[in-house]
Amino acid sequence: MRTPKPYLNPYLAGIGLGLVLLSALVVMGRGLGASGALSSVVTFGVNIVAPSHTQSNTFYKEYLSTPTGNPLNDWLVFEIAGVLIGGLISGLLSGRVRRTVDKGMRATNIARFVYAFSGGLLVGIGSKLARGCTSGQALTGGALLSVGSWVFMIAVFASAYAVAFLFRKQWM
Amino acid sequence: MHAPFYQLGLFNNDTALFLAVVIGIGFGFFLEQAGFGSSVKLAQQFYLRDLTVFKVMFSAIITAMLGLFWLSWLGFIDLSLVRILPTYLVPQLVGGLLFGVGFVMGGYCPGTCCVAAVTGKMDGWIHLLGMISGIIVFGELFPLISDFYSSTPLGELTLQQVFNLSHGSVVLLIVLVALAGYYGAEKLEARHRSMR
Repeated sequence: MRTPKPYLNPYLAGIGLGLVLLSALVVMGRGLGASGALSSVVTFGVNIVAPSHTQSNTFYKEYLSTPTGNPLNDWLVFEIAGVLIGGLISGLLSGRVRRTVDKGMRATNIARFVYAFSGGLLVGIGSKLARGCTSGQALTGGALLSVGSWVFMIAVFASAYAVAFLFRKQWM
Repeated sequence: MHAPFYQLGLFNNDTALFLAVVIGIGFGFFLEQAGFGSSVKLAQQFYLRDLTVFKVMFSAIITAMLGLFWLSWLGFIDLSLVRILPTYLVPQLVGGLLFGVGFVMGGYCPGTCCVAAVTGKMDGWIHLLGMISGIIVFGELFPLISDFYSSTPLGELTLQQVFNLSHGSVVLLIVLVALAGYYGAEKLEARHRSMR
């Protein structure tokens, strides 16, 4: 197996991300997103299982209002498909694609999975309540100087630092 | 004014979706290059051992913020056509607090989780499953929490409006805060390296 290449200098990676974000704003008049695309995918699934349910729920209904009525026919869904492709290309070029569980040396796989699922659950709920995640709110809203986005970003870091000691064993 | 291109009708929805994939590829590429496909790398931010998350996020914000400011100053882009998400103060604050706990617990945010999953991280896939479950929980509970979700609406509110400053002054202040932050981040990392 190839040894993975070192990561890109963080300032350069940030400038790269910033230019991608800027191009989205200039070309589309909108920024990046991730949690919105997942919501469209969730709505697509729920709509197959229970179409009358998605129609009566205002949360799901919002994601059904695309040009064709198919929740997957959405800008962010295509963008996140690109994220998967771009992440894979970068990982392949740098020798970082391999099946592994990312965790600290002292953590067990089971504990890591329980935390990953629970953390994901909270991230999902939190991003919906905040109308966006680190992509749509923190990065995009941050660059657009939106008050709600900066409040969101500060809240994310404040609470993560406040409870970080609880999860230390998982990461060290 | 020449931009935003889509808002000015330069291309149709199909082209927009194609460009979404192209922009997404760039997004995913730089997330992975930054090391954000690794939860261990991301989590070090919260133990002040590796401040890559801070450095990457702020240089991205500053790059886009300055670019947008200059393009608007040159008369190239009409900022009134760029969509700003409206502020709902309290739900966004509470959402951020929940998100922060989930971030340090699970190790990923939605975008980085996708990059982790596609590069083979099993914890990334589980985290993705957790996020999808969280969105379903939110969707099912939505009728109960929709009042809270729509509370404290402040509209498309910007920092320059709140602090009664010009766009350029806020941009300058954020750049200065970031530069001070970079200096502090480098100091912290150097101290951690010397302790090992």
